[in-house]
Amino acid sequence: MQRKQRLSRNTAYFIPYMLWIVLFVIAPVLLLIYQSFFDINGQLTLANYQTYFSSNTYLMMTLNSVWYAFLITLATLIISYPTAYVLNETKHPQLWLLLIIMPTWINLLLKAYAFIGIFSQAGIANQFLSFIGIGPKQLLFTNFSFIFVAAYIQIPFMVLPIYNSISELNPSYVNASRDLGATNWQTFSKVIFPLTLPGVKAGIQAVFIPSLSLFMLTRLIGGNKVITLGTAIEEHFLTTMNWGMGSTIGVVLIIAMVIIMLLTGGGKRRTRKGLTK
Amino acid sequence: MAVNTQPIVRLNHVYKSYGDHQILKDINLELEAGKFYTLLGPSGCGKTTILRTVAGFTAVTSGDVEFDGAVINDLPANQRQVNTVFQDYALFPHMNVAENVAFGLKLHKVPRNEIDQRVQEALAMVQLADFGDREISEISGGQQQRVAIARALVMRPKVLLLDEPLSALDAKLRKDMQYELRDLQQRLGITFLFVTHDQEEALAMSDEIFVMNAGKILQGGTPVDIYDEPINHFVANFIGESNIIPGKMLKDYQVEFVGKTFECADGGMRPNEAVEVVLRPEDLDIVAADQGKLVVTVDSQLFRGNYFEIVAYDSDHNEWLVHSTNPADEGEPIGLTFDPQDIHVMRLNESEAAFDARLEQYEDD
Repeated sequence: MQRKQRLSRNTAYFIPYMLWIVLFVIAPVLLLIYQSFFDINGQLTLANYQTYFSSNTYLMMTLNSVWYAFLITLATLIISYPTAYVLNETKHPQLWLLLIIMPTWINLLLKAYAFIGIFSQAGIANQFLSFIGIGPKQLLFTNFSFIFVAAYIQIPFMVLPIYNSISELNPSYVNASRDLGATNWQTFSKVIFPLTLPGVKAGIQAVFIPSLSLFMLTRLIGGNKVITLGTAIEEHFLTTMNWGMGSTIGVVLIIAMVIIMLLTGGGKRRTRKGLTK
Repeated sequence: MAVNTQPIVRLNHVYKSYGDHQILKDINLELEAGKFYTLLGPSGCGKTTILRTVAGFTAVTSGDVEFDGAVINDLPANQRQVNTVFQDYALFPHMNVAENVAFGLKLHKVPRNEIDQRVQEALAMVQLADFGDREISEISGGQQQRVAIARALVMRPKVLLLDEPLSALDAKLRKDMQYELRDLQQRLGITFLFVTHDQEEALAMSDEIFVMNAGKILQGGTPVDIYDEPINHFVANFIGESNIIPGKMLKDYQVEFVGKTFECADGGMRPNEAVEVVLRPEDLDIVAADQGKLVVTVDSQLFRGNYFEIVAYDSDHNEWLVHSTNPADEGEPIGLTFDPQDIHVMRLNESEAAFDARLEQYEDD
């Protein structure tokens, strides 16, 4: 009797969350899928998908999105892994972690505008380039600045999971590896990196998937030279008002995300076991 | 068999401190090849730090660590010919049993077929011949322990360092492993340096024990020497159970305690020097009160299975622990007898060198 009561109370605690999920996750996704089967005149059709998969423009856009998301993720990973590693060796890692997380509290749009200032013709970046004698250069509206700013924004989401997996790593593993004759590099490549791979995977998920659908940065920093799927969705919903086509791209993106999650989430059975000893 | 006088490992005036905190204070020790040594002491006494300085995980603040006659202070851990069995085993969770054991051999570019053969030999040595394909998470703590030993031994180290490797095992398994480790060490002839806080373990397994406290080695010697002739209060108390009674050395072979004079086997001290007298509980025999060399009153007793542990007090209120096969009556006086050689007299604050010299001097008589 008592147990049953407690059970129903526990279920009750879930109701707000379930409502949230149903209203703001499941319903919109269903609406998106539903919408993707209508053309611009409100006719039920498969034409949107046909267009998407037969048009070179959309396929190029898809490739572009994946390619830039890949570059952003790679840049973020290359910066974040060593950062997380060094962070773990410092005396006050929580303080440094806070400093890394702090920029995420600032609105994305504000950060984008700040970078427009920094990268502009008279901005601080060009002042520095002039000072060392190789500037000023066109920085804003280049692919480089797009990737740079996107990586800057994504770094905290990569550092955090990697830092967690490194800090949970039992230091005895490192000693054992050295003890058995491994150099620092061998210890890193054969023990530390494989054992922190779950953190790396979580970081890739957290960075790659949002990077696929970036649209504001492509416009503000990339100057719309890089057209990604995110930009296309925005165009279809706000400019051409072709909601059906926009929804179709949305569905394709969701499928892509599911594929990424399956690829990075599954992992090998072994790598997930006993890491937190 | 030729006696090799060159020690395989030597610590020479080794100090280690972190900031103001001194972990090791003037550690000197020599390990001969092929013997089983134990560093014994309470937690925080610095025994694991000694192990780490030999393994190369911890740099000494001053002093020298020598291996095979050469100073190895600056030699990194991966180039030292020693291997370690870690307290938490530190088996790599992303490799299976055989891959763990093969790890070091692969790093040393040992040919493939030789690796397979040596891994198989090492696993057979620890009775895990059929476990190569198992994952680390699939085997028990005792089996992980064996894999850790195999992973270290497969490297054929000259010295094997063991950092409290049995502390996580249950009592029965620990006892079995004590026999096995001792047996392995004798079969392979490798020097073992074993760290433990368990005095029974140390006594059972070692050729030689170094008793440590607060960053110092208090006494080194065979288990029998250390048990029978502890150098001071700490060692007597730490190794086995003892009655430690204040007394006075009247002259050679004559000591006074609890107001009575007893014959003993110790000497070489100043007349009337204040000393401490050690009597082991198992050396005391219970007789009728009027026949005892000492009379004590029984306070309480516990049945320990193979003996009764009796707590009694003498007229000076010293506590006496007595092991007896028969129970005593609580509150009643009993007599205690013991032989002169059961009495061990300790000087207060005697150094190990002075202790050894004194022992030699009167034992040669």
